[in-house]
Amino acid sequence: MTTRAMEIWVGAFVAAGLASLFMLAMKVSNLSGLDTDAGYKLTASFENIGGLKVRSPITASGVRVGRVSDIHYDSTTYQAQVILQIDPQYNQFPTDTSASIFTAGLLGEQYIALTPGAEEASLKDGDRITITESAIVLERLIGQFLYSKAAGDN
Amino acid sequence: MKPSNLIPEVLASFGRAGLGFFERLGRGVIFLLATLASLPSLLSRPRLLVQQLYSVGVLTILIILVAGLFVGMVLGLQGYNILVRFNSESSLGVMVGLSLVRELGPVMTALLFAGRAGSALTAEIGLMKATEQLSGMEMMAVNPYKRVFAPRLLAGFLALPLLAAIFSAVGVFGGYFVGVGLLGVDSGAYWSQMQSAVDIYDDMLAGVLKSVVFGFFATWIALYEGFDCIPTSEGVSRATTRGVVNASLVVLGLNFVLTALMIAGE
Repeated sequence: MTTRAMEIWVGAFVAAGLASLFMLAMKVSNLSGLDTDAGYKLTASFENIGGLKVRSPITASGVRVGRVSDIHYDSTTYQAQVILQIDPQYNQFPTDTSASIFTAGLLGEQYIALTPGAEEASLKDGDRITITESAIVLERLIGQFLYSKAAGDN
Repeated sequence: MKPSNLIPEVLASFGRAGLGFFERLGRGVIFLLATLASLPSLLSRPRLLVQQLYSVGVLTILIILVAGLFVGMVLGLQGYNILVRFNSESSLGVMVGLSLVRELGPVMTALLFAGRAGSALTAEIGLMKATEQLSGMEMMAVNPYKRVFAPRLLAGFLALPLLAAIFSAVGVFGGYFVGVGLLGVDSGAYWSQMQSAVDIYDDMLAGVLKSVVFGFFATWIALYEGFDCIPTSEGVSRATTRGVVNASLVVLGLNFVLTALMIAGE
């Protein structure tokens, strides 16, 4: 093994390792979908966010238009405050747009679906979405069902 | 032996074993510090590092490629058979990606590395010691820490993360080959669900961090067992076995600690 051949092999090895890291970052992990701070922020209050997490997707008609950038609990209104980071190209949501928390599939991750309203004016950075629909809590749903069932039997 | 002496003898043997363990651990730490202190001298002789990268990294690629491919394929096959019961075989990519990037990639690579490269390092250094090459170097005023140990430690430390990345990447394609190619999982679902589930910081960076730590410990143990061996052919063989066993156990134990730390830190 000449020195040169060895150097070529080592170079190829390092290149292959770095290429694998790059491939893992771009193709396997969410780096390619990682958002910068571009876009604008909206706030929405929810009674219950269920399993919503920071970085959960925000969709409109099923198309991803942004991500949840922050979630915290407001102890004056007793509601969850969710900050929605919307991509800059989707800046035409009417001011009466409603936000609902849904689940993708039966056991999938939770996301926020935006349903546009009919107002002329558009939502701007820092605006608040007033019409919200909380996540469906399965236990509460079953409780209500049992309750109405029991009430119906009487 | 009188029966009255039995219990003190047993206790004494425990004590001897305990003292021997701490003695070897202490010598290992001193060896590590001396090697780390001579790392800067590598900057003026990078060729030594390239040589070791070749024998530690390049020669290990083949086993990593083959093992990664088969582990990925088995993950695809097993994962499909479990997930199809819950009608969620489209999550196959999530399962393959997360288990490879977080756990199997770093751990399997470290175990294979300990078996393939670590044993070679231990045997090489053990033989150097047995044939008095190390003391010969010292006689010629060549510092063996700078000349022999430092380049090997750094090479193992650098090579393992790269090997783990290759393992994971090949494994993901192995899973793709079985899941999408043979069992008919949707190709788009495989990649997109994987991308939405594997986080660049929580999962990928955690995996890389693990493999860096494993590379450090596996190489340190391999080098130290060679350095500390009894300079006979039997001693070298025993040191090689002990190096592989200890490195594997340390990697598995550390993996639990690191995983617990990372999950607690999320």
